Order: sequence, then structure tokens, then C-alpha cells
Amino acid sequence: MKLELRGITKRFGEFTANDSIDLVVESGEVHSLLGENGAGKSTLMNVLFGLYEPTEGQILVDDQPVAFSGPGEAMAAGIGMVHQHFMLIPVFTVAENVALGDEHTRAAGILDLESTRRKIREISDRYGFHVDPDAIVEDLPVGVQQRVEIIKALVRDAKVLILDEPTAVLTPQETDELLEIIRQLRDNGTAIVFISHKLREVKAISTRISVLRRGRLVGTADPSAEQSELAALMVGRDVVLNRQKSAPKVGEETFVVRDLTVLSPTGQRIVDHVSFGIRQGEILAVAGVQGNGQTELTEAIMGLHKASGSIRLDGQELLGRTTRQIIRAGVGYVPEDRSTDGLVGSFSVAENMVLNRFDQAPAGNAVQLSPSAIREFAAQRVETFDVRTQGVDVPVSTLSGGNQQKVVMARELVDGLSLFIASQPTRGVDVGSIEFLHDRIVQERDAGTPVLIVSTELDEVLELADRIAVMYHGKIMGIVPGDTSRDELGLMMAGIQHEVQHDQHTVTQEGTRA
Amino acid sequence: MSHTVTATDSRSETPRPQAQTPEQDVVRHWNTPIVFAVFTLVSLLLFTLNASGKSATFRISTPNDAVHIPDLVAPTVPVGWVITLLMAALTVWAFVSVSRGRNVAGWQAALFALLLVAGFLVWVVGSAQNTSVFLTGLIAGSFVLAVPLIFGSMAGVLSERAGVVNIAIEGQLLAGAFTAAVVSSITDSPWAGLLAAVVAGVLVSVLLAVFSIKYLVNQVIVGVVLNVLVAGLTSFLFSTVLAPNSSTLNSPSHFTSIRIPVLADIPIIGPILFDQTVLGYGMYLIVAALYIGLFHTKWGLRVRAVGEHPKAADTVGIKVLRTRYINVLLAGAIAGMGGAFFTLVSSSSFSKEMTAGQGFIALAAVIFGRWNPIGAFFAALLFGFATNLQYVLAILGTPVPSQFMAMLPYLVTVFAVAGLVGRSRGPAAAGTPYTKE
Repeated sequence: MKLELRGITKRFGEFTANDSIDLVVESGEVHSLLGENGAGKSTLMNVLFGLYEPTEGQILVDDQPVAFSGPGEAMAAGIGMVHQHFMLIPVFTVAENVALGDEHTRAAGILDLESTRRKIREISDRYGFHVDPDAIVEDLPVGVQQRVEIIKALVRDAKVLILDEPTAVLTPQETDELLEIIRQLRDNGTAIVFISHKLREVKAISTRISVLRRGRLVGTADPSAEQSELAALMVGRDVVLNRQKSAPKVGEETFVVRDLTVLSPTGQRIVDHVSFGIRQGEILAVAGVQGNGQTELTEAIMGLHKASGSIRLDGQELLGRTTRQIIRAGVGYVPEDRSTDGLVGSFSVAENMVLNRFDQAPAGNAVQLSPSAIREFAAQRVETFDVRTQGVDVPVSTLSGGNQQKVVMARELVDGLSLFIASQPTRGVDVGSIEFLHDRIVQERDAGTPVLIVSTELDEVLELADRIAVMYHGKIMGIVPGDTSRDELGLMMAGIQHEVQHDQHTVTQEGTRA
Repeated sequence: MSHTVTATDSRSETPRPQAQTPEQDVVRHWNTPIVFAVFTLVSLLLFTLNASGKSATFRISTPNDAVHIPDLVAPTVPVGWVITLLMAALTVWAFVSVSRGRNVAGWQAALFALLLVAGFLVWVVGSAQNTSVFLTGLIAGSFVLAVPLIFGSMAGVLSERAGVVNIAIEGQLLAGAFTAAVVSSITDSPWAGLLAAVVAGVLVSVLLAVFSIKYLVNQVIVGVVLNVLVAGLTSFLFSTVLAPNSSTLNSPSHFTSIRIPVLADIPIIGPILFDQTVLGYGMYLIVAALYIGLFHTKWGLRVRAVGEHPKAADTVGIKVLRTRYINVLLAGAIAGMGGAFFTLVSSSSFSKEMTAGQGFIALAAVIFGRWNPIGAFFAALLFGFATNLQYVLAILGTPVPSQFMAMLPYLVTVFAVAGLVGRSRGPAAAGTPYTKE
């Protein structure tokens, strides 16, 4: 089967998300779509999958023009999609999820799940998926949930499989497993569209690479191309990958967490007896797959979660204090999700700049705000952090992701911090802003502040960290030097405890990787 | 198989791997044992120490019944002690269970509730002026009161399973009761009245559906507004049109009971199951059809998918909005039938706001029944029983002030929904409008 996009344009009002894009994918081929966040990859695939209607252009299946009014028709034409956010119903079983929309029935519409179960077992055996058709989806690890998504497509005889950022939620090992599955599918004649912004994976799996930037197809590349070449194509200018930062000049250990435990309402230990310390002038990065307690760890430090244990900063106990008191103790905090926790979208840039100090001079006092002082302060922060905005009075929601993140950073990274915490500091941010934000974080470290970074992007962890703590199921699997290999980190992220004494070469798995 | 799952293979080569399993700290929920202890104390103080010393008599058969079952005579003091001791035992058991990190089993709670109800009945009947009560009548009466609740809760289950919160059950019941009364009076046919009630329920649903699905208005607010609208409209029409012409417009012809011979003579359950009107039998059919439909058919799988994760349903080609519209309208039809029960079966004619909050109790039955038709059915029966008990006890003349007895059904509702259900989880997307971005 051959799938072709010809001159696809998709506009949302004024905004052009896709600008006359041509793309061909044929069976037995992995065609990667590389691009930054917001480059228009997902929009393009949603057009292809019938979720959006293209403004202009044509979709051709085996050289026949087709028009999909909905995902049902796209699937009937043999197109399957694994969405970035899984489209599975958490309370249903695997079989129910797979059957949904394509159910086999007996008389009177009574469900016949047995044939679905049989098909799942068949596919599961063929590709070594190890998926139990009667398991409830929400009880399964994300890696397995993703396989359920793939099974969903295969049961419907997908000839073209679109994978939208499939590795975002996976550990490095799970990623390797997925790439292996993709290879098998490719060898069995499935055409694959692999969407990602991760250069390494794209290089490892593709037969062809197309690069998207700001909605336009800016070029194609060969998988043998250098990473820096691909990065330059993706970003539109030369990018320095793996910048070297100077060695840390560490001071005293002023931030100490001991036996910190956070319980979920149902009694699960989300953070499980976590202990670590950060010295002045040092960056400790917490690595781990999303949802292993990192978010709750930072929120507990900020007093946003009930917790037990001890959190000491400069000798003072922070646990049990209110969030306001913790901020006053000199803690800067960049929350994981800027749009819900970091900013008030409808407030102006200036107002957002003083959210953490609106009742302190010069922004105001306990009774009133002083708008002119706030604007002045904000203007100066906008300047220092190079926030691209039309002014300090525009709503912060009108800014791009990268600039919004700069606003949060500018607010939190003030002089005289005694601790700086940033959770996912560059999630959904363009490469240019990532460089800038990373530089600011390293600057803060060099100014002698202990810095705690939480990131699910291993690249970011490796770039920033002086030491790395890996979390898995709420526990710290080990705290290792900043130059630890990806493979070793990957094993820890999968729950294998770091053992200090063992020979590192035994866990290096270059041999098993393709 | 040889070249699959690379990492798993290599992981097993790692020296001394220590796979970590997620650990669970036991969170001890002391609520249940504490509630047990409080009620045991109540039982001790009221049912035992404050017992009248007389005997409570529960009559099961009437003298002219084919099968005669002797009366149940319960001396209040000994029965009070036995029940209190059993409750105390269950309480201790519950405390021990929880301290050992286990939760109190569902059947234990059910048994406790049963003991509590039995203890209360014996005590209250024994303390009344007339210490004899017709048990079969009490249960049959509960059932009559429960029928509209059951219809209402089925409407709630269906609508919420598809992702639309239906607060408008009250309005749908009331609209159904009104139109059934008027149309049945004019045409002299209860069937026409029933049909009109269904149409009226659907009309209320149309408003709910259009505002909540198409215009994305907050579903709770639309529902509340619709209830007020229907109450106002029917009250206005009642005062201006029905009251002056009650003989022509508000004297509906009723459905009569269809008695199934022999089976209807079975004590206690006979009258409930085999001596009903068309609406009563229809109700059983609807409960069964909804249960099978929701959990065992293609249609139900799709409805539940739409209520849980509409976007996922959309990506497999299910029409989310259409599914929601259909279910909300169907729910309106079912609630309309429940409304018809008021004026075509249980009362002689329509009166102002005659549904009296039953729609909200039906909503409670939905939650108490965990969004399952069978569960909601039994929850509605429980609420019906509480209401009827209040009526019966008022007649017997109990020492409990009537105002307290009037609070009984609502107290049961609050305890049932807030206390016993606890962590019940409804359809994830109920209340959230679905839009494609």
C-alpha cells in the first residue's frame, strides 16, 4: 500500500499549521517526520487520520484520492494511529478496548469478545507483546498500554501505522523494545510513519526522514546524516548539541531531604522514603519516566502535598510550613505545567511576574498593589530574560510556549535564592529557548545556589546534571555522577537498583541494540 | 520470538537485578467501624434499654389469603438485646479487620444495615400505640413509592453513562406526570397519557441535550434551571387551567393492575412481582434491558466508552455527540414514564409539584447504585422503603416525632451516598462536554 499526501494545507483561522506538505510512505518503509514541538507534525497526522479536514490538498491511497470524514473511514482505508496520549478507556479491559468501534456481535447485538480475545492472543504471540486480553487497561504499565494501541491498529488490518511521539512516555529500554517492534512490522510490510523530535531514535529507525519546521516541509534527509545536521534542519540554524558546562564549584550541603514520604489517597507511597542532599553550586537532576513520584516530590518540598520525613534548607525545617513561608525562605519553583500551575493565562505578563511577591515591596503591600512599580519590575525582567512580547501588559497566554516559560523563570530566578527547583524546565519549548533557559539554570548554579531539576528528558538531565538521582515507583534507585551512561540510567529508570560496586561494562548494552 | 523484547533479555543478564515492586502502605479507613460503633450504641440505648417491653407483631398474610403464614411476633426486649449483641460483635470484628489492615467486607456492612433496620422496626413498632403492622403491605407500599424513583434512576444511569449529568430527572418526572394527567383525562386512555408523558420527558431532555451538548453550558446548571422551569410551568398551568376544569382536564383514567393468577398469591413477593400495572411490569423490563444493554452489547460498550473517554471513542469512529443525544433523549423518555406513574397509577390526579424532590432521590440512587441499573434499582427500593416506613409509622402512632420520621428518607439518602458508598467512581467524562479542538 502506498499513502501519499499532496499539497496538504491546514489553517486554523489566521494560523497556518501545515503549509502545502507533500509526503509519501510505502509499505516496508519507516518514514520519520522530524520537527520541534509546534512544527505541525501532529496536525498533519490528524489530517491524515480524518480528525481534521485539510484546508487544501489531497490524500491518495494507492494513487486514488480519498477523503476521510472521520477516523472510522481512515481506519477502513487501512490507516492506524497510535496517539501520543493513548486513546484507551482506562476502566475497560484490553479486549473491550480493542473491540470498541469494530465489535463482533451475536444475535441482538450481544457482544462476542471471544473472537477479539483470540485475535489479540494471535498478534501478541506473533510479535511477543505479552498482553493479556482480560487485563484492565489502567492497571497496565504505559509500555504495555502502547502495545494495546498497536494491537488495536493491527486488528483492524492497518497497512499504514502512524506513531505520534511514541517514545515520550517510555524508558530507554522500552523505547528499544518499541523500535524492535517497529522493525518487525516494517519487515512484515506495514508502512510506518514515525513522528518524533528525538534525533537519535529517528536516525535509528528510519528509511526516510522528512523535516518539518513551522508548518513547512523544509527538507528530507538520509538516516545516515549527522545529528547536528538534522538538528540544524529542524531548528533552522546551527545548534550546539551537548554543550560543555564548567565543573561545579560546590560549597556546603544546605538542602537536605530525609525519608520524605508522600502517600496517595489510597495509601500508595507515591514518594517512598526519599533522601538526598544538594550542595551549594550543584545541580541535582531527578530522572525517571513520567509518573514515578517526581512531581509529588517537588510539590511536597513546596508544601503542596502532605508528607512525612524532613526537608531542611539552611538548617531550617521546611516540612509543615505553608507554601508562602517556603517561598519566603528563598525557594524559587518552576512547576511542571506552566499553563495550569505556573501562570494565570488571562493575567498580563507584568502581573504574572509578581505572583509570588505581590504583597512585598516594590510590587505592593498587604493592602494594595502598586501597578507602576510592577510594570517597571516586569519590564526589567522581560529585558533580562529576553522575553519576546509586545509589552508587559498583554495577557501572558498570547506568548509562545518558550516565552511563557521564560516569564515563569524570570519570576522565580530572583537574586538571593537559597534553593532553585525546576520541574520539566523546557517541556514544549523551542530549541532556541531551551539553550537560553539551560544557560540561566547553569548561571544560577554558578552563583552558588543548590539547584534541583526534574526532567523526563534524558538529554536534558545529561546536559544539566552534576549528579543524577533516578526515581522509580517513588523510590530513588540511586544517585550517580552526571556523566553516567544512558544505558545505566535506563536500567535504573526501569527499576533496577544502582549498585555502586558493580562493573559498569556489564550493564552497557550496546551489543543488544541494533 | 528470538529477537523480541531486547531489553527484557538484557535485563536478566544484569548481575543481581533487584526489580522493585510498588509498595503499598495500608491506609486504615476507620470510618466504617466508627459508624458501626455509633449505631451499636444507638441500638443499645434505644432498642434495648428504651424498649417498650411489649411485643411487635408483623402480619404477613391476611385471613383470606390462600397460603397462610403465621404472624411474626417479636418481643422487644429480648430481640433488642440479641440484635444489639450481634451488632456489637460485627463492630468488634470490623475494628479488628481494620486494625489488621483489611477493609470491612461489603456483606458485613449489608448484614449490619439489615440488623439495624430490623432492630429499629421491632423497637418502633413495639413502642407504638398499635403494636401490629402488616409487613406485606409495608413492602408493597414501599414498592409503589419506589417505582418512579426506579424510572428516574434508570434515566440518570443511562444519561450519565453517556457522559451527560442529568439533574433534570425531577423536571422530567414532573413534566411526565402533568402531561399524562391531562392527555389521559382528555382522551380517556391511559395509553395516550403514557405516550404523552414520554414525549414530555423527551422534550425536557431535548433542552438538556441541546444546551449541554451543543452549547456546552454547565450540565448541572442546565438541569437545575430545567427543574425550576418545569415546576413553574406546571404549577402555573395547574392553577390557571387544570384547577378550574379539573373534571375534564385533571381526572385521568388509570392503568389497572394485571394480576397473574396463583403467582400473585405468593406471600410478600407475589403482589410486588405479579400484581402490577403495565408500568410496573415495564419497569422490570427496562431495568433488565438496560443492564444487559449497557454491559453485554455493542451498543452499551459504545455508550460507556463515550461516557468514559469520548476522544478515544471518537478515534475509533464512534459518533460521540450523536450517542450522547440519543441517550439523553432516551433517558427523558424513561423518566417521562416514571412521571406517568404518579398520575396514571399511584395518585388520582395531578397536583402542584407532586414529584416533591423524588428526582433528586433518584439521582442519589444512581450514585448509591454505582451507575449500574441493578444497583440503582435496589438503592431506589431502599429509599422507597424509608419513605413508606415513615407513612406507616405515622399511622401507628410512634413515640418518634413525625418531623423526625419525615427526615428518614433523606437521612438514609445522605448516609447511603456519603457514608457507605465512599470511593465509588462514576463515568470519567460525565459532566464534561466534548469538543474537537
